[in-house]
Amino acid sequence: MNRQLLSPYQHRSSLIHRLHPVWKCAGALIIIFIIVLGSRFAWAAYAGIGGGLVIIALLSRIPPRYLLKRILCLEPFVLGIAGLSLLQADGLHLFLSMLVKSTLCLFSMVLLAGSTPFSDLLAVLRRLRVPALLVTTLALTYRYLFLLLEETARMKRARQSRTFTSRRGQAWRSPATVIALLFIRTSERAERVYNAMAARGWRT
Amino acid sequence: MHIPDGFLDLKTAMVSGALAAAGLGIAIRKVRSQVPVRRVPLIGLAGAFIFAAQMLNFPVAGGTSGHLIGAVLATVLLGPSAAVLILSSVLILQCFMFADGGVTALGANLFNMALVAPVVGYGIYRAVSGLVGNSLRGRLCGIAFAAWCSTVAASIACAGQLALSGTVQWRVAFPAMANVHMLIGIGEALITTLVVAALARLRPELLDERQQSDRQPRYRELAAYGLLISIGLAVFIVPFASAWPDGLERVAAVLGFEHKALVTPLGLSALPDYAVPGLKSAMLSTVIAGCAGTLAAFVLAYLLARFLTPAEAGKRIARAREFRP
Repeated sequence: MNRQLLSPYQHRSSLIHRLHPVWKCAGALIIIFIIVLGSRFAWAAYAGIGGGLVIIALLSRIPPRYLLKRILCLEPFVLGIAGLSLLQADGLHLFLSMLVKSTLCLFSMVLLAGSTPFSDLLAVLRRLRVPALLVTTLALTYRYLFLLLEETARMKRARQSRTFTSRRGQAWRSPATVIALLFIRTSERAERVYNAMAARGWRT
Repeated sequence: MHIPDGFLDLKTAMVSGALAAAGLGIAIRKVRSQVPVRRVPLIGLAGAFIFAAQMLNFPVAGGTSGHLIGAVLATVLLGPSAAVLILSSVLILQCFMFADGGVTALGANLFNMALVAPVVGYGIYRAVSGLVGNSLRGRLCGIAFAAWCSTVAASIACAGQLALSGTVQWRVAFPAMANVHMLIGIGEALITTLVVAALARLRPELLDERQQSDRQPRYRELAAYGLLISIGLAVFIVPFASAWPDGLERVAAVLGFEHKALVTPLGLSALPDYAVPGLKSAMLSTVIAGCAGTLAAFVLAYLLARFLTPAEAGKRIARAREFRP
């Protein structure tokens, strides 16, 4: 799971990667807004946008396989909601249109995320005058996310290597204990992080 | 429950975005004034914690697995405003870095999962634990019930947004979302309660410390969030609950402007009028089923709390002494 979350291609240096993050964000948002606000059945326009996105993807030199995997991995959520529309009259058209629209939007978001380091996005947010507390929270969340994921995996592994039986009750209790332990460790780590930050002169 | 792009129309996206932004603004202001600087890093790390906890799978019957959502867990551990901020940052991160949940739907997702879920959860947790008693058992009971309710409430808000956008009809969206999330809510309640019970066993002072700095009820804060949520309720849900305007229609008939079409502020003419035969009883049965489900969830929550907090050791010893001849 961690592998999928990590975006290993953020730090390449293609044409798209070198673009200023503000332009990239604005571009992605404009494309998404056009798709979302566009008429439901403008198939030709969608084909055009799709073609444009494919060209951007090629320019960014992110491996297509990675992009495809990311999109397919998120497609179930789209299918889940779009599938609801199949239950109503004339749902098929609506279903197809929503499927295409959402997939195109997903494609542009995956491209944006794949070619922009998160710190650049945070810089954009900061420039947009988003409250500092929110930016700090976002930055810390991203910074410690992978660390905590790693720690969770380690605790799970340690647990599995010691527990030989898998009773039904245990199947729920042990992950819950892992989460509780994770919170204890998180709050202790936060204390240390605060000390380190304060020692370096950090203020909100 | 993450709504992707392309499912919401402009008005729904804008209304929910405005409500979410207002909620987030209140949360930021409250956290800034209530939380000491020392604890600000904890809020950031708690975002990572909730995210990591969501990745942990719990086996459900038949090879499928569920995971924690964490709204009530965050609320119980760190207070409602911090929870709103934490869940918002998790959702924003999921949207921009992992493309999970759409950009145009970000406002709606924030409203459902980072505002409705923790605030409804906090209100219910406080009410129930006050009702059952502020012991560990009462609190666990409140947590279990709040986790269930918050999941269902968020899903109903989501159904309302989808219906208002015209992508999925209310008649389809509401039962589908509510029924599925009534089941998911059971899992959420179980996990959240087990985690808090484990914390109470391993490190009770973490919970107690929160409880002390959290003692004064936060009426103004809750009132502000409550206002936002009720605006959301009025916009997303009320246009569709066709059985409720009955009273309104009667008033209209009495006042003599019945012939004027009932038009909701957003230009949605009162939904399917032609479906009225049978709808009334269907609505009634929905309401009854909903009440029965909620009651059952409460009983289950109480039983779970009882199961997790066996009679205290002291009492048990006293009882054992009584029985000794």
